[in-house]
Amino acid sequence: MLEIKNIWKTFNAGTVNEKTALRGVSLTLEDGDFVTVIGGNGAGKSTLLNAVSGVWSVDRGSISIGGVDVTKLPEHKRAKYIGRVFQDPMMGTAATMQIEENLALAARRGKSRGLRAGITKAEREEYREQLKMLDLGLEDRLTSKVGLLSGGQRQALTLLMATLRKPDLLLLDEHTAALDPKTAAKVLDATERMVQKDHLTTLMITHNMRDAIAHGNRLIMMYEGRIVVDVSGEEKKKLTVEQLLAMFSQASGSDEADDKLLLG
Amino acid sequence: MIGFLNALPGAVSQGLIWGIMAIGVYITYKVLDIADLTVDGSFCTGGAVFVMLFGSGVDLKVALLAAFAAGMLAGLATGILHTVCGIPAILAGILTQLGLYSINLAIMDMKASQSIAVTDQNVLDKLWVSLRFLNMEKYPIVRHPIFVVGVFTAAIIAVLYWFFGRELGAALRATGSNQNMARAQGINTNVTKVMGLMLSNGLVALSGALLCQYSGGNEINVGRGAIVIGLAAVIIGEVLLDKLFRNFALKLLSVSIGAILYYIVIQAVLQLGMNPNYLKLLTAVVVALFLTVPYWKGKYFSKAAKPVKKEESTNA
Repeated sequence: MLEIKNIWKTFNAGTVNEKTALRGVSLTLEDGDFVTVIGGNGAGKSTLLNAVSGVWSVDRGSISIGGVDVTKLPEHKRAKYIGRVFQDPMMGTAATMQIEENLALAARRGKSRGLRAGITKAEREEYREQLKMLDLGLEDRLTSKVGLLSGGQRQALTLLMATLRKPDLLLLDEHTAALDPKTAAKVLDATERMVQKDHLTTLMITHNMRDAIAHGNRLIMMYEGRIVVDVSGEEKKKLTVEQLLAMFSQASGSDEADDKLLLG
Repeated sequence: MIGFLNALPGAVSQGLIWGIMAIGVYITYKVLDIADLTVDGSFCTGGAVFVMLFGSGVDLKVALLAAFAAGMLAGLATGILHTVCGIPAILAGILTQLGLYSINLAIMDMKASQSIAVTDQNVLDKLWVSLRFLNMEKYPIVRHPIFVVGVFTAAIIAVLYWFFGRELGAALRATGSNQNMARAQGINTNVTKVMGLMLSNGLVALSGALLCQYSGGNEINVGRGAIVIGLAAVIIGEVLLDKLFRNFALKLLSVSIGAILYYIVIQAVLQLGMNPNYLKLLTAVVVALFLTVPYWKGKYFSKAAKPVKKEESTNA
């Protein structure tokens, strides 16, 4: 479903702030794969997701989604294939617009927008049903401005928006990191349900190693712009946090693989 | 006091006309979240295009449409400078505005002012609005500028309300609300920004064309400070009516009301004997005050919740 071939990305090339964030990353996701991504600060996790979603173009390499080469497509065109949830709860929704308007915008992801109604009656009913499943009481607040919602509610809504029209690829960029532990668990539960329901091909960054082990069928670890660990199948199911830490020390060639490095 | 009451219909009429410009400003400043300074130039462009076309015998409706189209072109110029050339929106607007000064002069046959032959009754009868129609003894109420421009404003608000409820209009609002979100939903934010700037400046130019009719001519400096008047109308309307008017159409109406109030205040100040040369200073001070108050209120008097602190990673 997703095929990343040897992508490179350097920021601020030629300046003192030059940073090569991706150093020849290759990654292939099969249909229905749920891959968790871990790694320390600056390892290139978010850069990898931004490269796939087209926030900027990569320096080298190619990216294709469902057989379509998207390397040269701008962000808004790639949106046709990708559902995204960001780390910052403010980023995924339009705060000054109503809940139902946000959903209606998401329902038209990747379609051409003309002078048809921005939202229809039938849609409203559908959204009400969908929101009920989130179990946050949002189904009675369809016309509330999203800016009035809590961070957790906004992330749950963003998640619903990302999956409203089944995306070829779901990208989750530490989408529970800014939430309190209880809300984070709730949002993560909702994530698991939605991914299972539609068999979504998913790439999820997390700072929490337990979550990375508990969710998905494959785990990759990044370090300095490279994928250094790639575990899947039975091996991943049996994985423990201690083993992960050991893998990190080995990959980074350092004995200082303490939590800080990994969890950032 | 009598003088003030006598001048009131004229002030309201002018407020309504400038209110259409202010609705244009609302689209960029409030909906798109862009401070677009093109307005100072495109307002005059509308009047210039209208006065020249109408003066050469073109049908009034066509001349008005042409003025609207000319304003849209001005918006397109700013939009391209901003999106394609990557120039910050404020600077892009300033550049277009500066260039428009020459263009406006060129449209007006290199003259600083052009007038409509309103002394010719045949010409006057063709006009939709004129300050001469304020005279209710000579003209029926349906020709009164408050009525005509009021209908105009209602029609524009209705069309805008319809448009912003469409897919495209919603995309425009999303762009102003959160660009990241808009792009993630497949909206080409460059296109929506250009569209918003075009729509806005089209309305601004239309307003300029109406004022040109009203006052019987166009003058090269007519739009100077228009953006500030537009902001004044938007902010006055917001401060006074925000709690009352929740619906989008009513928000647009509050902008128009803001513009009317602004002109009534100006009229009152003039009646009190202020030198008209100080008007622009007064406007600047009023807008500065209205912008300052909400900011200070938020900064020094708010007990709003602190932003959510990022959860420290305490796991594993």
